[in-house]
Amino acid sequence: MLYINCPHCGLRSQNEFAYGGDATVKRPELNKEISDQEWDNFVYLRKSPRGKHLELWHHISGCRQWIKVERDTSTHEIFKTYKANEAIE
Amino acid sequence: MSQDFRLDNVGMVNREKKISFKFNGKKYFGFEGDTIASALIANGVHLVGRSFKYHRPRGFFGVGVDEPYAILQLDRNNERDPNIRATEQEIFEGLEVKSVNCWPSVSFDIGAINNFLKMFFPAGFYYKTFMWPPSFWYKIYEPFIRMAAGFGEASIKHDKERYEHKYEYCDLLITGSGPSGLASAYAAAKNGARVILAEDKPRFGGSLLTSDVNIGNQTGIEWTEKIIAELKSMPNVTVKNRSQVFGYYDHNMLVMSERISDHLPKTQKYLPKQRLWYIRANEVLISSGSIERPLVFGNNDTPGVMLSSAAKEYMKVYGVLVGKKPLIFTNNDSGYETAIEFKKNGVNPIILDTRSNPSSDIITEAKNLNIEIRFSYVVVAAKGYKKVKSADIAKISDDKKELFNIENIECDCICVSGFWTPSIHLASQSGNKSKFNEKIDAFVPDKSKQKENTIGSANGIFTLEETIKDAFDKGFDVSNKITEKNNKVSVPTVVEKKSSDHDKFWCVPLPKGKSYKRFLDFQNDVAVSDIELALREGFRSIEHVKRYTTLGMATDQGKTSNLNGLQLVSDIENKVVPQVGHTTFRPPYTPVSIGAIVGREVGKHSKPTRKSPMHSWHEKNNAVFVDAGVWLRPRYYKQGNEGLFEASKREAKNVRQNVGVCDVTTLGKIDVKGPDAAEFLNRVYTNAWLKLPVGKARYGVMLREDGIVMDDGTTTRISENHYHMTTTTAQAANVLSHLEYYLQLVWPELNVNVVSTTEQWAGAAIAGPNSRKLLIKLFPNLDVSNEGLPFMGYKEADLFGVPAKIYRISFSGELAYEINVESDNGYFMWEKIMEVGKEFQIQPYGTEALSTLRIEMGHVAGSELDGRTIPYDASLEGLVSKKKDFIGKRSLNRSAFTSTDREKLVGVVPIDKTTSIPEGSYIVKDPKAKLPNPKLGHVSASCWSVEYDNPFSLAIIKDGKNMIGQKLFAMSPLKNKTIPVEIVSSHYVDPEGKRVRS
Ligand SMILES: [Zn+2]
Repeated sequence: MLYINCPHCGLRSQNEFAYGGDATVKRPELNKEISDQEWDNFVYLRKSPRGKHLELWHHISGCRQWIKVERDTSTHEIFKTYKANEAIE
Repeated sequence: MSQDFRLDNVGMVNREKKISFKFNGKKYFGFEGDTIASALIANGVHLVGRSFKYHRPRGFFGVGVDEPYAILQLDRNNERDPNIRATEQEIFEGLEVKSVNCWPSVSFDIGAINNFLKMFFPAGFYYKTFMWPPSFWYKIYEPFIRMAAGFGEASIKHDKERYEHKYEYCDLLITGSGPSGLASAYAAAKNGARVILAEDKPRFGGSLLTSDVNIGNQTGIEWTEKIIAELKSMPNVTVKNRSQVFGYYDHNMLVMSERISDHLPKTQKYLPKQRLWYIRANEVLISSGSIERPLVFGNNDTPGVMLSSAAKEYMKVYGVLVGKKPLIFTNNDSGYETAIEFKKNGVNPIILDTRSNPSSDIITEAKNLNIEIRFSYVVVAAKGYKKVKSADIAKISDDKKELFNIENIECDCICVSGFWTPSIHLASQSGNKSKFNEKIDAFVPDKSKQKENTIGSANGIFTLEETIKDAFDKGFDVSNKITEKNNKVSVPTVVEKKSSDHDKFWCVPLPKGKSYKRFLDFQNDVAVSDIELALREGFRSIEHVKRYTTLGMATDQGKTSNLNGLQLVSDIENKVVPQVGHTTFRPPYTPVSIGAIVGREVGKHSKPTRKSPMHSWHEKNNAVFVDAGVWLRPRYYKQGNEGLFEASKREAKNVRQNVGVCDVTTLGKIDVKGPDAAEFLNRVYTNAWLKLPVGKARYGVMLREDGIVMDDGTTTRISENHYHMTTTTAQAANVLSHLEYYLQLVWPELNVNVVSTTEQWAGAAIAGPNSRKLLIKLFPNLDVSNEGLPFMGYKEADLFGVPAKIYRISFSGELAYEINVESDNGYFMWEKIMEVGKEFQIQPYGTEALSTLRIEMGHVAGSELDGRTIPYDASLEGLVSKKKDFIGKRSLNRSAFTSTDREKLVGVVPIDKTTSIPEGSYIVKDPKAKLPNPKLGHVSASCWSVEYDNPFSLAIIKDGKNMIGQKLFAMSPLKNKTIPVEIVSSHYVDPEGKRVRS
């Protein structure tokens, strides 16, 4: 079970969190004309990298904040965690 | 039976307390502190089971977790526990155990015929034999394998015992209380670290209990007792016996199973049987010790052949002799310690040492005691079937290839020592890649992967002096890292006998003309010949050899067999062991009961149960409840002999004719507040929200980004910047997460806050033509006329002194209102509604009537919004704004979503107006068409229309509305029904929606 450092609450066990997928995906702006391809990329296409991955976790049984977690998908090492709108280093 | 093999005044069992127990129906006596194994051996019992494949007689091989043979079935307090290791289970008054894997009895076992048919059971037997034809698998092969294989039998009864889970955090977890565990725990605890010391056995001390050493002028046992007493007195230390750390998981989380009541006749009140600890440790010191390796020779599985360290422990801890004519077969000094112990207890052992001319203190001591020692000698084969009666022994050449002077000598047990294998399981589970240590011929942990270090003999350190010094250092270093304190305790002086090097010999060659089985894996019956065969057949990877031969795959996970298996493969392949590598160690280190893993989350406790504030009223009024997510909701209120069908029909009819009241507390409620709330809702919902006036409600549908309907509900503008959103019961939590996602991550610039208020409000839906009359009486000071409180209007008022919120919304299609009060007033509200409603023939209605009402109105719910429907499919196109953008809108342009072929919502009525259509039925054109019959769609929900008194269903079918008027068929292969039906509008009742606006 992972041990995730919530930037709001501190170290908490994984079972307090819900996984939220790739944190690098950016939703297209509202009312903007975009191609089918761009929309398809946003809705469906995700990379599944082996290694460092920036991902979303929702501290669902804690502060209810969405956070960003930089995790190695093969070793589970967590390098850094960020608040929802913190700049990513 | 008397305890013929019990020594007087030796050991640590409590002679004051005699305990009786039954083994295979026969009564025996032991003492408090005995295990089943020690008590049976004391009684001279050595035959306890049959082996897995050949059903060969099985005795005891070890004295702890490594035991491959003595697996028994236990009956305790009317509960059955399969696969108990007799070497670990302590006896208690009334204990009953029996042998497994034998029929009709352990002494006469029919399956033993496999032993004589063993040429038919080579490596890979199952793969080779039970392959073809496939049709044989289910009826012939599987029942045969099931009958012949397996150990204990699990109970099919509900386990009434209680198991608990506990979460714990510590600075340092130490897994084992041998010398290294004790020393490191002491050093770390004295330096202020929060320490958990876990010991698998009932007694602390590990090897100190049986070794002849001196630490700080005390015996091993005295020193152990002193350290444990001091640790127990310290507030920063938790000391646990009967506790096995069996799994090392990510981010330094380890799991330990504590056997709290297994050694007692009955679980004590307020205590669980077992407790599973989830321990998040800052640092871990693995001190799990080492396990003695067997030597491999002919018939080395005969009862009476056992590890020499086990024989010593049976003597020193339990005061039990494993035999009275012992033969010690060793390649190192450990065998001598056992021999000396025998000698001290008046028994004359013979030592066969594979080494030609070793010398050390301990060998000198054995010589001085006049123990018979034969150098360059080996056991060729054990003789005897159910117990060792003698052994063929021989002199072996220096190159260990040839045997001379084979002779038979009498003995009643053979104690083997093939040196020691560190228990690297936990380190390996942590991700530590092991390395091969040539000096000890075994793998030891390499670089730490997580925050773990291995100490003592688990790390290949076999002298006590070095172990103690290293463990004191490690305990201090690790604690210093955490506490930054410098309280160093002094390391005690250690006196021990120096031992000489071991002989790398491990397997006795077969004498000419003999084909003895030489076993490697004692639990799975894997012999040297099986590995040889697997290699001849082309298996190379050790992982493949393991799976093909089942070497190391039994419940003991090869604790005694792994290394010898690797030795054999490397010998045949002419490789060195590290090149062959070892198989992966996975948790659990020892078997863990399913009960402990599940914990208390069984039955009703597997999820929380939520009840509305009106729950006790429903109970008092004969409600029959149904699970709705985690909520319990009244399904119907039973009157007299009514069943579900009659009751729900009566309740629904009463809503259509008079007035009904339904508990809607379970609906999700979310407060949406802030200056940008309107803009936010406008983005979340598919319809327009910017112009909703204060005091008005609106129905809304929200989508996922892929265009699929996520949820629906009404949201009311309470004040300028405050909205009250409702969600379906099932989706409440998901909708909140969804809203938080967009507010926190996508549109943080919106000044909006959301919070769940589901539990703050109790809700009652009042529906039916009499509902306004009822409302007038409930709120005499409020204008509830159609003008004063129009459809989709909202008012706040006082309900007999309690503040209430009134929403004029309807799910039933009738004139209806929903009243919300603070949860604490819910019961009061409900009682008032029932009391005042009496004169209007009010009746409560449950979820079944609620479904009937919404289905015949054509209102969609979860069965239509099933994660596959877009708004157009569910006749919700009127709610999809063309003008503004919203979540999921772009997806609605997908060609698949705009295709005319899409399945859409319609109504379905059986032609005979009497046959109910099973939910899930397919709608087809021709019921006799060739299978698979092309399906037009499926029936999503069915009810008995109370308006027309005939069955009615909703269906989602291709070309939806254009099919209205067509006569088709509803087929349910599951219910074996084919029903002629007519497609009608989904709005079966009041299609113009006059009633809700009346
Ligand atoms: Zn948090």
